[in-house]
This record gives sequence, structure tokens and C-alpha cells, in this order.
Amino acid sequence: MSTKEQVVTRHSFPVRVAHWLVVLSFLLLAISGLGLFFPSLNWMTSVLGSPQLAQFLHPVFGVVMVLGMVILFFGNVAHAFPEKGDGQWMMHMVDVLKGHEHEVAEVGQYNAGQKMLFWTIIGLLAILLVTGIIVWQPYFAPFFAVSIVRLCLFLHSLCAVLLIMAIFMHAYMGFWYKGTLRGMVYGTVTRSWAKLHHPRWLRQLEGKKK
Amino acid sequence: MTLQSQDYLERSATNALRPPPQARDAQLEVAKLIDVSICIGCKACQVACSGWNDTREEVGFNHGKLDNPLNLTPKTWTVMRYNEIEENGKLQWLIRKDGCMHCSEPGCLKACPSPGAIVKHANGIVDFVSENCIGCGYCIAGCPFDVPRLNEKDKRVYKCTLCVDRVSVGQEPACVKTCPTGAIRFGTKEDMKKLAEDRVEELKSRGFQNAGLYDPEGVGGTHVMYVLHHADRPELYSGLPKDPKISPLVGFWKGIFKPLVAAGFAATFAAAALHYMAVGPVKPEDHEEEEKA
Amino acid sequence: MTNHWVDIKNANLVLVMGGNAAEAHPVGFRWAIDAKINNKAKILVVDPRFTRSAAVADEHVRLRPGTDIAFLSGVLNYLITNDKYQKEYVREYTNASFIVRSDFDFADGMFSGWDDAKKQYNRSSWNYEFDEDGYARRDPTLTHPRCVFNLLKKHVSRYTPDVVSNICGTPEVDFLKACEMIAETAAPDKTMTSLYALGWTEHTVGAQNIRTMAMIQLMLGNIGMPGGGINALRGHTNVQGLTDVGVMATALPGYLALPHERFATLGAYLEGNTPKTTGRGQVNYWSNYPKFFISLLKSFYGNKATPENEYGYHWLPKWDKMYDTMQFMDMMENSEVNGFIVQGYNVVACMPNKNKSIRALSNLKFLVVIDPLSCETANFWQNHGEFNDVDPASIQTEVFNLPSSCFAEEEGSITNSGRWVQWHWQGAEPPGEGKTDSAVIAEIMMKVRELYEKEGGAGAESFLNMRWDYSQPKHPASDEIAKEINGRALADLTDANGNVVVKKGQLFSSFAQLRDDGSTECGMWIYAGCWTEAGNQMARRDNADPSGLGNHLGWSWAWPLNRRILYNRASLDPSGKPWDPKREIISWQGNKWGGFDVPDFTAAAPGSGVNPFIMQPEGVGRLFAIDKMAEGPFPEHYEPMESPIGTNPLHPDVVTSPTVRVFANDSNFGTSDQYPYVATTYRLTEHFHTLTKSARLNAITQPEAFAEISETLAEKIGVQSGDIVKVTSIRGYVKVKAAVTKRVKALQVNGQTVEVVGLPIHWGFKGAARKTYLTNVLTPSVGDSNTQTPEFKAFLVNIEKA
Repeated sequence: MSTKEQVVTRHSFPVRVAHWLVVLSFLLLAISGLGLFFPSLNWMTSVLGSPQLAQFLHPVFGVVMVLGMVILFFGNVAHAFPEKGDGQWMMHMVDVLKGHEHEVAEVGQYNAGQKMLFWTIIGLLAILLVTGIIVWQPYFAPFFAVSIVRLCLFLHSLCAVLLIMAIFMHAYMGFWYKGTLRGMVYGTVTRSWAKLHHPRWLRQLEGKKK
Repeated sequence: MTLQSQDYLERSATNALRPPPQARDAQLEVAKLIDVSICIGCKACQVACSGWNDTREEVGFNHGKLDNPLNLTPKTWTVMRYNEIEENGKLQWLIRKDGCMHCSEPGCLKACPSPGAIVKHANGIVDFVSENCIGCGYCIAGCPFDVPRLNEKDKRVYKCTLCVDRVSVGQEPACVKTCPTGAIRFGTKEDMKKLAEDRVEELKSRGFQNAGLYDPEGVGGTHVMYVLHHADRPELYSGLPKDPKISPLVGFWKGIFKPLVAAGFAATFAAAALHYMAVGPVKPEDHEEEEKA
Repeated sequence: MTNHWVDIKNANLVLVMGGNAAEAHPVGFRWAIDAKINNKAKILVVDPRFTRSAAVADEHVRLRPGTDIAFLSGVLNYLITNDKYQKEYVREYTNASFIVRSDFDFADGMFSGWDDAKKQYNRSSWNYEFDEDGYARRDPTLTHPRCVFNLLKKHVSRYTPDVVSNICGTPEVDFLKACEMIAETAAPDKTMTSLYALGWTEHTVGAQNIRTMAMIQLMLGNIGMPGGGINALRGHTNVQGLTDVGVMATALPGYLALPHERFATLGAYLEGNTPKTTGRGQVNYWSNYPKFFISLLKSFYGNKATPENEYGYHWLPKWDKMYDTMQFMDMMENSEVNGFIVQGYNVVACMPNKNKSIRALSNLKFLVVIDPLSCETANFWQNHGEFNDVDPASIQTEVFNLPSSCFAEEEGSITNSGRWVQWHWQGAEPPGEGKTDSAVIAEIMMKVRELYEKEGGAGAESFLNMRWDYSQPKHPASDEIAKEINGRALADLTDANGNVVVKKGQLFSSFAQLRDDGSTECGMWIYAGCWTEAGNQMARRDNADPSGLGNHLGWSWAWPLNRRILYNRASLDPSGKPWDPKREIISWQGNKWGGFDVPDFTAAAPGSGVNPFIMQPEGVGRLFAIDKMAEGPFPEHYEPMESPIGTNPLHPDVVTSPTVRVFANDSNFGTSDQYPYVATTYRLTEHFHTLTKSARLNAITQPEAFAEISETLAEKIGVQSGDIVKVTSIRGYVKVKAAVTKRVKALQVNGQTVEVVGLPIHWGFKGAARKTYLTNVLTPSVGDSNTQTPEFKAFLVNIEKA
């Protein structure tokens, strides 16, 4: 049977805009960053126009990404702290990966994996921000000792690599759980999606409405 | 054939599987030998460097010492550094011409992410090809001698070229040409090492028991070498590093770290792909029916 | 230089004292380095500061500015008391054995003959005893109590190491170390070269500083020797040439004298200036003085110079007192001068007491400045704030700034310190309205002559009779002038047998060809041979060195007669055997002298008793200067006019040089109670005087004025490197950056601590470098009594944090 699908609002408009801003700047950063990191992928720096422009724009988009992330942070941080049930989810990680999440845990706004990813991304981005500023030529790097710059260059690339992996995981999850993407596009998800992945959140939402 | 060197033993950010053009490698390694024991610190080399290379620093200020400009800059590719040492009641004024050392294993080149922005010629000269420079400053971090300098105006990094333009047509670098006392010499690295031996021997005969040649192995030797009266303590000469080498961090970052990262990415993507193929998508509608059933 | 630049490489000891060769002559210093590397030479630097020369020296010995005579007299005392002098050389080639008049005396700082009214000496007692033939008496055994050697021994005996140390502030051990190093070159096969410059000249006793070293070199047998000599490193590219052509108040070209007014006739002048031979059988080359002088007059006045009018002698200006720059500045200050022509000379920056210079120039009606740059002198009337705080409205001097050329913008010769007269070619046209100096001067000359022709006036004859037959009268060409200087025969010249040796019109190849009968003309006798019938000798560029001693006879041309080492006969013993076979620069070749240098001698055979110093009427080098020096025949230590100790430990009643010339306007000297620190001025490698502050590259390397002070003084006045300090003398103040350095140290002098303040001179209120005060605000206007050179090297200041 098919009735008109019921939807619930998951992401506000500002959060969605911020998210896609982060996505866009992340893509540009990752592509240009990989171009700088892997000599053989140097052509990827052209995503920002030219290698020289990439050197200039990469940190600029870094700031954009951080700003977007600040909005996302404040939009989501309230739901990112550990709750009862997160432990349960963690213990059944293998079942979750097998697609049985709804059977092993009753997830609220976010599941424990999402929360961990959230803090990982925030943490990595914070390091990227600090190290990025320290190695930023020609505006800031000259004020730091070469040994500090050296360390930061390495940390920056290390964190960037981890961030790319983390964000890839995040994107993959969205791809794996069908019906997730629309939440970040339209702002709404289907009730069935919510009931499947975030039943406790749906309950709270509907409880409030009543 | 266009004007090109074809003698690049190394080229920054270039994969070793496809090395740079280097057929014209039948060249002797060159070296500049700076004999600090007969250097009078006249700065003629500084002036000649600016003169030949058409660089003009801003007129600065006195900083309470003879050094001026105080440091290397994008337009000052060599500076004289003066250090006063008093030991056993005897004053020594150690004067050193500072600038790029043209390492055999250049840290700048290793760090550089821009293909062809830094090259090493067959004769050992390490040169910055500025049109390829992107201004990231990695070379600054890569250099064990703190030499490259970023120009604020064009956002590119500069340093001594060892007058590659002069050397490639058979002339000595401008600083060598102008040095009035013969404290800066230029020739094949082999000849310069022989010359240095004589100088070291002469210095030892004057009581400088620790005289020696500074040609640090940590960077594979250099193409700018010093004769020092105190080769055991190079740091006396305004901080000439005792055992310079490419920072292990830079070595790791630009070395094994890259394949590790590539492998990491590959593993991540593979894991996701395999997972998707194994588990398949999770669709809410599948579960709706499951519930109803 | 008695020797020349390349010859420095032959030295065993390079003594750098009274100069800073590495700093001020970096290019020539390559030969000192060459000596060090290839001749195992040592470099000894004696200087108040640890200089760039000291940086590459084997030893650096400190002394207080202005005490060089005490130091060097101590060396003489050391050499004599330790028997470290070259005995045969001293006996044969110096006046050590000459007996001095019995009325000569020295006591309590004063020599015999002082005239307190005139404030100068009657020098008649400063001479030898002569025999009935007019020759000086000698005692070759050196036992006569009044022979020069014994008088010298007595004179310097007061300069014991502890006395030297007390006056100079040099630790005794350092002084003795220097003595030992110097004494080693008393060996016949060892030489010391003495490299000096303005560090000796710019004192009230400057000429005596140099004399003391000349005496040491004579004692060591180092004069005339390759790798020896007394070598003035000249401060400008062509200042040797300037000295040679005699652009000085009482000189004429070739070290001839401008007539004093007491010589009313040519005969009297020649009588007064031609020395009588005082050594039996000696050459006394200056006995040819009339030939040089009359040939010069013929060159000046051409056909107008005839025996009847005494070759135009009366058209020469005669002097009553010395009109040197010091005198002129003082006269200007007293409003006794209308106009002043300054050529290639930044007077305001370079003369002592800049405020006096400004007052002087402000009193002129007109000032002509001929200079390639717009220098401080041409702009002295501009207000530059505290750097040049003048009121332009109150200065009525009309200034004409005539742009001239730089050396590379003209063709001509440059004479280096080693007397090489090197031709150079024009590399570029002068920019803008710039003209060569000769063109500027010629145009002025032509205009003045035109006015004299029209209007007459005092001195008209001097101008109207001057020979001026250049092909372009308004622009005499350098080759024309060079040939004029070289000289040519005005008639066929014949030898004793009547053979024509030089045809009429031919250029000379030697000054030996000059005559005193008006048949020759020569603009400067010592340059005769620079441009011969064989062509321009100065343009030769053959660097062959057959001796290996660097005596490149085929490279350019050296005066006199292409001779590279003066007094080179003294490199051989009286029998003609070289003191050192490795340095055999000339030798007797059967019937004449020859070899790798042009012999500085006649054809007298070895063993003839003719001595090598042929320019001296007695034929030997002078340890006793007879009447040639104003302060006395022996050097004596006198304190600088501004002395930090206020006394002279040797003779407290005679503190400073008795003969020093001080103008009434300048007699106010600072004392150590208000100005406790000794200041000394100097130059840096990065700049050339006040010229290169206008060049960007030089300005980059040393952009701003500074003062070097010791760490102890810095601590005392509470400053750190880079702070601004105010340096004050009784004449004014400057504010500069402080450079605190270990290279300047306090000295212990006569029981007190003396700090030294080092002041480089290169900056001013014009140019590309940081605008600032002129250092010469501080310096005293007082001159050496022989040369009138100001005392830039030792004066008193106070210094405080600004």
C-alpha cells in the first residue's frame, strides 16, 4: 500500500547551508591539499585555478570551512554528548555494520558513531586550523620558528589525511543509509527513515508535538 | 632545441619513475670555498651579489653592529655575519659569509611540493625556478641552514643561485669574482677540497689545531664549503650548524608517510566498497514492510 | 709607498699600524693575505680597536689613540737595548755615525732652539758637525757621544716597556710581543712592511708618527728591500697623483717649492732650495733642482719664459704664510675671504669642526662647488633640522654647483699608492650637464683670462702669460696634459761630445735629460718618461714577473723612471751583494746596474762609497731628521691637544706639541673633566668617505651612523647595542646608534681607565643613506705643524644615552 509519505524535519535551513558550505570547502581543500601532498597529483591544485592560486586559496577555504563548521558545531553540539544507550550501540558495532542497527539500539538524535565522528572532525579541524595558521605563508609563518613550522606542516598533513578519511566515512554512511541525503537537502526525512535510524529522536519529536 | 639545461639530477615534486631530463650529466661537481680565516668582512660579495642579480634591498637602519642587512632576505642572497668571541683572553672576530650551501641532499628540494620549482643541476647547483614556485614556504621548513626567503611582493621564495647563469657559461659566481682577498674561491669540488687541505694545513701551522673543512655529511656534502679555524665548533661562526641534516620529521613527511597515506586511503575506500557490496544498502522502506509483516 | 702594493707579498711581517689596511684598502690587502699564505708571513695589527685587519692578523695589540710615538720609540729602545738591528745597514746606510752639533740638546720635552715669541724652533742647532770642506763628520765606530746613534739611544732610553705601557695603555706583555715580532726582521733576510694611512697622519704629531716608523725600518734594514719599506696607503684613488702634482698651499709639481716671499729673485730661490752635498762623494740628486724648476717654468709660460725675465719667476705667487684649507677656513670665519672654489672636496663634511665650516662658508660672497654629486658643501645653507640647523635666510653666500664627472667618465691617469701611474679610458659620458674637471677648470680659466684682457687687474700677468696651447682651449685633452707633464726638448739637446741626444720637439724619456738653460720644458720632472716617443708608458699592461717578486716593470709606469722600489740600492750591501739572495732585485752587471727593477742609483760601482739614499745630500737615511721637522729632529711623545690624562707623563710641563698651529678662533679645547672619553674617527669598508652614501648599494650595507663603544662603557652609561647615544665634544654633538662591541676596550693609562669611542665618518644630511649629523661636528680644528693635517684621530667627548 502506498499512502502519501509522512516526513519529519531533521535539519534547519541554516544548518543545511552551513553543511553544504563545509562540504564544498572541504572538497576544494581536500583536492588542492592532496595536490600539494602528493607531487604526482599536483594537477589537482588546479581545482583552485593554478598551483599559485591554490597556495593562496587553500587556507582561505580552510577558514570558510572552519566558519561553516562553527555553525554546525553550535547547531549540533547539544546532541553530541554521550547518552545512555550509546554504550549498547558501541558494543554491537558489528551488528550495526551488518545493517542491524535498529535491532541492537534505540538511537536518539545521533548514534554513538555519529557523535564520535562529530568530535573527531571538530578535533581534527581545530588542529588543522592552528597548524594551518602557523604554516600560512606569507602572513603568519614568518613569525614562528622553523622547527615549529616543520612540526605543523607534518601535523597538518596528518590531520588532513585523517579528516578526509573521517569525512569519507561520514559520506559513505549517508550513502549506505538510503534516505539520509534528503535530510541535508530538503531538511526533512521520511518518518520511516527516522523510525528506523533514530526512533528515540522520532518519539521525542512526536511526543513534543502532542 | 629550446634553451634548457637537460642536466637536472633532481627536480622537486617529480616522481623518480620519470626523472627529469638529465642526459647532459657529464659535468664535474663545482664548489665555492669560503676561507673565513682570510675573510676581512668587507661585504664586497654582498654588493656584487646585488649588482649582478639586480636585487636592491631597502636602505635599512643600523642595529648596533656591523651586520647589514641584518639577515638574508628575498633580495639579499648573501650576508656577512660577524661574531666576537673571547677565549683565554684572546679576542677573535669570526666573520662568515652566509647564504645557500647548495647541499648534495637539499632539504628545500625534498620539501618542495611544486614540480620543478627547485632543481639540482648535474654540477651540484641547487636552484629555484621561480615561475614554478607557489610560495608555500615548505622549502624554508626543509632547509637545515635557514636560507630560503619568501618575497612578500610576488609570494615566491628566493636564495643564492650560485650564479648559475654565470657558471653555466664558464664564469665564476659574482661574489667570487669580486672578493678582494681571495677568501672566496670557485672551481671543481675536488679542486676546492685540495685547496682547502692546503689552507687547513697552513692554519694548523699557525696554531689552529682544530682547523678544518666544513662540508657536512649530513646533507651529503655541500657545494659551498668553509675553511674554518675552529672546525670542531662551527656554531661559533654565527650559528653555523654543527651537524646539519634534513629534519627527520621532514624526511618522514616527504618520505614513507606518502605511501602510507596512499595505502590508508586505498584501504578506506576498499573497506567502504566491500562493505557496501557485502551488506547492501539500508532502505527504510524495506523495514516498513518487515514491521508490517 | 717606498715600495708598492704587489711587493707586500714579499714581507715576513706585515705591520698594520696607523691605518686599517683591510678595512680601507681591501683590494690591496690581498697582497698582505698573499704574504700570509705564500710567504708564511705574520700580520701584526697595532690599533686602538680590533679592526677588520685585526680579524685576520696573528696578533692584535691595543694602544691609546695618539700615543704611537711612545709605542714606536719603545720599539726603537727595544731594538737598541736588545741589539736587534741590522748593524751594517745602520752603520753604512743611515746617519747613525754622523756627529751632531754640540749645541743640540733635548731636555724636559723641548729641543734646543725654542723661540717662545714665535712659538717655533730656531732649528740651526739641529744639524751635523761639518768639516772644513762642508761635509758632515762621521764616526763609523758609533762610539762618539754625539753621534746620531748614541743621541738616539739616549733619546729613546726613556721609553722603557713600563713607560710605554703607562702612556699607551698597552699591556706590557703585548707590547713586548709586538717588539719581538718586529725585531725578528732585523735579520738581513727578513723584512717587515709597514702599512699605514691616516691613522698616523691625522694627529698633531702625524708626520712624526711616520718618521718614527721610518727610523725603525732603517734600523731593521728594511728600506729599499723587497717586502720592506714605509708604505703610505693613500685614501683616494688618485691622492698620490694629487700630492705629486703639488695641489697644496706651498708646493709646485714634483715636490718643488712654491716660492716664499723672502726669495725675491730666481737666483735666491734656487740658492735657497738647492741642497749642498754634505756627504763626501755622495750623489745629492736634488742638486739638479734648477733643471727641474726652470723646465717647469718653461712648461708654465712657454715662449714668454726667457732668461731675461727669469723664466717668468715673478709671475708665480709668493707666499707669506701657508694658505692651506685650515688657514682658509679660519680666514673665512674672520670674513677675510670673498670667494672659494671647492673641487672634488666635501669641505663641510671633511674639515674639522663642522660648525666652524658652516660659519666660514656663510661669510663668503660666492662659493663654487665642482662635484659629481650634490654634496653637503653645496647645500650647506639648507636647513636639515638638527642635522644642519642653519637659517638659510641669513646666509648670503651665492653657491654655484658645477657638475663634474666621475673617474670612469673621463680618460687619464690615476697614480696609486705604489706610484704606478696607470692610464685609464673613458667608460661613459658624464650624465646631464656634467663635464670633466679639466673642462670645468679650463672654462673658468678662459673666462677669467678674457676678463683680465678686457679689464686688467692684480695678477693679470700670471694669467695672460700662462701657456695655454691646447687644441681645444676649453677642454684640454688628457693626452695633451700628460705629454705636457712629461716634457719635451725645445731645442736639439747635445751631450758633452756634441752628439744630439734628444731632438727638438721630442718627448723626454728621463728627467736626466732636463736642462736649466731654458732648452727644455717639463710639467713635472718626476713624471718625465711617462709618455715618451715610444708612446704612452702608463697604458702598458704586461704583467710578466720574471723575478717572481711582483716587480711588474711592463705594467703601466711608475715614477720615478718606472722604478718600483725606492732606494733599491739599499737592498744590497756596500759591496753589491744582496742582503738576502732571494730578494736580489738589482745587481751590478759589469759596468752598470740592472736587474728586475730600475736601479735607484747612479753608475757608481760597488764599493765606491756612494751611498744609496741619493736624494739626501749626505747620501744616507736619516735617523736624525736634522732641520726638516717642525717639532724636532727626533720624534717625541706629545699628547693629543685633547688629552684624557691632561698631562704628559714624560714631561708634565710640555704636554702637547709645542709647535702645533692653533688659530685664535679654535683655541678652546675640551678637558677630561667634562669630556672624559677619547674619540677617534675612521672609515669603514662599506663606504668611501662621504661619496658613497649617495650610492644605494653602499647605503644598504651601512645605512646609518653609529658609535662603537666598549661593553664597560656601555654598562657605565646604561646603553645597549642599537640604542641612540648623544656624543658631545666642546664643539657640538651628534646623536647616533650605539654599537657595543668587545672590539673596543678600556685602557689603563697613567693610573686611570680610559674608554675609547669609535666614530665612523660616512654619513651626512645628503645622500641615499639615513640622514644624520656630520661626525666632524665633534672634531677639533687643529693641525700637524708639518702637514697641517687636522687631529681627527684623538679628541675628547662625552657620551650619554639620548
